[in-house]
Amino acid sequence: MSTHQITLTVNGASHSVQTEARTLLVHLIREQLNLTGTHIGCDTSSCGACTVIVNGRAIKSCTMFAVQADGATIETIEGLAGAGLHPLQEGFWEKHGLQCGYCTPGMIMSAKALLAQNPNPSEEEIRYGISGNLCRCTGYVKIVEAIQYAAAKLREQQTQEVPA
Amino acid sequence: MSDQLDPLRALDEAGERHLPDRVERHTPKPAGSSAIVETSHEVRVTTPATVCGMGHRMKRKEDPRFIQGRGTYVDDVKLPGMLYMDIVRSPYAHARITKIDASEALKVPGVLAVITGEDLKQAGNLHWMPTLMSDTQMVLPIEKVVYYAQEVCVVVATDRYAAADGVEKVVVEYDPLPVVVDPFEALKDETIVRDDKELKTNHIWHWEAGDREATEHVFRSAAKVVKQYMHIPRIHVASIETCGMVADFNKATGKLKIWMTSQAPHAHRTVFALVSGIPEHKIQIISPDIGGGFGGKVPVYPGYVCCVVASIVTGRPVKWIEDRSENLQADSFARDYHITAEMAADADGRITGLRVRTLADNGAADAAANPSKFPAGLYSICTGSYDMRAAHIAVDGVYTNKPPGGVAYRCSFRVTEAVHMIERMTDIMAHELGEDPAAFRLKNFIRPEQFPYRSPTGWEYDSGNYHAALKLAMEMIGYEELRREQAEKRTRGELMGIGISSFTEVVGAGPSRDYDILGIKMFDSAEIRIHPTGKAIARFGTKSQGQGHETTYAQIIAEELGIPAEHVEVEEGDTDTAPYGLGTYASRSTPTAGAAAAVAARKIRAKARTIAAYLLEVSEDDLEWSVDRWQVKGSPEQHKTIQDIAFAAYTNHPPGVEAGLEATDYYDPPNLTFPFGSYICVVDIDTGTGEVKIRRFVAVDDCGNIINPLVVEGQIHGGLTMGLAPALFEEIVYDENGQNLTGTFMDYLLPTAVETPKWEIGKTITPSPHHPIGAKGVGESPTVGAPPAIANAVVDALWHLGVRHIDIPITPQKVWKLLRDHGITE
Ligand code: FES
Ligand code: FES
Repeated sequence: MSTHQITLTVNGASHSVQTEARTLLVHLIREQLNLTGTHIGCDTSSCGACTVIVNGRAIKSCTMFAVQADGATIETIEGLAGAGLHPLQEGFWEKHGLQCGYCTPGMIMSAKALLAQNPNPSEEEIRYGISGNLCRCTGYVKIVEAIQYAAAKLREQQTQEVPA
Repeated sequence: MSDQLDPLRALDEAGERHLPDRVERHTPKPAGSSAIVETSHEVRVTTPATVCGMGHRMKRKEDPRFIQGRGTYVDDVKLPGMLYMDIVRSPYAHARITKIDASEALKVPGVLAVITGEDLKQAGNLHWMPTLMSDTQMVLPIEKVVYYAQEVCVVVATDRYAAADGVEKVVVEYDPLPVVVDPFEALKDETIVRDDKELKTNHIWHWEAGDREATEHVFRSAAKVVKQYMHIPRIHVASIETCGMVADFNKATGKLKIWMTSQAPHAHRTVFALVSGIPEHKIQIISPDIGGGFGGKVPVYPGYVCCVVASIVTGRPVKWIEDRSENLQADSFARDYHITAEMAADADGRITGLRVRTLADNGAADAAANPSKFPAGLYSICTGSYDMRAAHIAVDGVYTNKPPGGVAYRCSFRVTEAVHMIERMTDIMAHELGEDPAAFRLKNFIRPEQFPYRSPTGWEYDSGNYHAALKLAMEMIGYEELRREQAEKRTRGELMGIGISSFTEVVGAGPSRDYDILGIKMFDSAEIRIHPTGKAIARFGTKSQGQGHETTYAQIIAEELGIPAEHVEVEEGDTDTAPYGLGTYASRSTPTAGAAAAVAARKIRAKARTIAAYLLEVSEDDLEWSVDRWQVKGSPEQHKTIQDIAFAAYTNHPPGVEAGLEATDYYDPPNLTFPFGSYICVVDIDTGTGEVKIRRFVAVDDCGNIINPLVVEGQIHGGLTMGLAPALFEEIVYDENGQNLTGTFMDYLLPTAVETPKWEIGKTITPSPHHPIGAKGVGESPTVGAPPAIANAVVDALWHLGVRHIDIPITPQKVWKLLRDHGITE
């Protein structure tokens, strides 16, 4: 098994790590970088619990080799909050968008990528946008509300940043 | 099942081999008040927002860690020197093992050990373990495997990749045996699944409830009888977190510390102590954050036991985390009941009786997670919401070459099967009589003044108002208008259906006189300690897997003591610190531990009164309680708040009174609780593809008094979605060789946000008269109530074509076939 030295930027911090060619990105994130907020829920790229943002795109990190992320910029749930909670985190808390919390980090990262592309999604667009993420607890209604909450808040923040 | 077989006949033929009959009996509840309980529509709130007691929509206290990726699930636990375990599984559903050769596996870099059934036998007969139903189950086999994906041996290595490499290299030779997958075939005893047993039969038990003779009598005089066979198929809870463990046996201290995906850590500790011989005080089980349970984390699986053994053998911590495919293929299933039901009605269209024969496919062991005396769980609740004269239920359990189980899938012990049957039968009867299914239900419901109601199978329903719930659901959805629309659409050849389910749940197991698991009575517990500054910690014998206990238990204590919920830390899941309890499943947490929280808090309030009287220099009788304080009657400015009293309990306690302010309660409920609801579903069916589209779904639930409306809404949404899933999508399917054809999320379809409708919910509130805070439990009602509403809607859309019943899951293929058979599509 070949070993490789790779460099990646995760939540703003640069890491240079040794990894086997077959190591999945999700295992590198969880076990070598100790960022355990990203979860694993399946072995067929079906559940989305492992979703992180790689170079701006939501990616299922169980379906990518760590070596493929060499040089990439990665965001995980741990990097989301700045001085305060991110509007998505706030929305999930406010609207009760989580129960066991296991799908939540992946769900939030998918939603973040969705809102970056489409800041004002319809309910249907939100539902399709998170259709790669399974939640067994919530029935999705409150997840949709949480994302709507965040979308509104993010749009509001944007208009405040760019005065007319 | 084989189409040719009449299930009743097959069961009767098996009758000769019956084990001694088990007949369900309910010990009468001690006499209590029987006043009629009023129904309201408003959530009761008695504390200000600063206290946040019952009824407040408090944001959950557990959420900040989850939304920031800072929860701690089992797979997040990492210990120095930790090893990883992986499992070699059987490719056959029934085969003799002729050889296990681990030599190549042991050459794989990083592989340290391979543990087989023979090794477990040497270690003290650990190759078998008891199930929760007092049956036995293999941990690792020595002679033969009895289901596909059964654990055969385990590999321990320095990391998970090496362990997986080791699994690839273990050579196991098998001699395949005939496989029995169909439970009706199993009854013929041509292939014996469990030849380790003295009795060479697949028939495990026969159980009855109700009154056979009275029921025969009712059927003889019936004006109308309807009969239907239905299969409630095998499904899987599929919580997004699979099962797993980190076991750490410390040879120096003799202590075994375990992190485990456990819904019942205390019971599991006792089981581990009894099976392993390690003294119970040297075992600590920590059930950390759990990524959904739904019943799947109640049983002890072979992987857990092997993981513990691996740690003892290697002297190092060992982690085992299931793959999703292992989880779906080998962990406990739910349902798998083959039901033949008959319902009788009189000339006025009143239901008079119910007769049910059921074959329960248990797989290769009776490992159902039921209270000991209830092999078919609480299935005899199946007369449901309807007042009838007599009922008789018989269930037979059978072994097949499938994984063992019989867990809940977010329901109270077999109530979903019961509700599906009675709600389908009620609909069939209404349609056969040409009556509107809503009107037929309103006519046949148990009336509010009949509560507490004694059912024909012996249950005493605590409170209910079924008419109010159904009428509200009809109003919310615009029932009459929908019926008009349906009639009109039918003239145009469009297929639209309206389905109702008016279910009665039975939860909160249970009173110690009838309920135990492995002999341990099904009480639950709370321990509350108030700190000198008036803050508190409360510990419980239950374990949240997403239900929000850290918030709702705090709110109960806030309600009783006036300590802000924000100031109450709730802890569960560590057996070294929490009081003993039976855990969280079957919607029992609020009925049992929630009650214990209230009662323990009231004990503290009583002691607080003594302290307040001492501080105010008045008699205790002169004091009255108000929100968060004891005050002098008629002069409320003279008072001591709970915070003042807590401080005094440690700094200035009355002479002759113990210092400190804490209490424990082990709550043994006097009865179960009976939540209920009425659901209405509207479907449109694509006449070309057979696809069922849920247009609207209205759910009115009554779970008694509400602790936190936000949490209750979430529980209902989630439960409805886990009701939708088996109604339309999920089924564990086996081929004739016992191979699981639905072993991944590619084939076992969980609903995503796209398939899930926007649930519309409403409520009525009919408190439980015997529960200290009048609550009933809610997490599972919707899972129980939703499937028949959906199935009834689909059949309602197709009834005029001659369709009487469709087994769930109602897939587009099934509907399309019916449409084709009836000439609707080609
Ligand atoms: S773990 Fe399920 S999609 Fe990655
Ligand atoms: S909150 Fe449990 S899986 Fe989504």
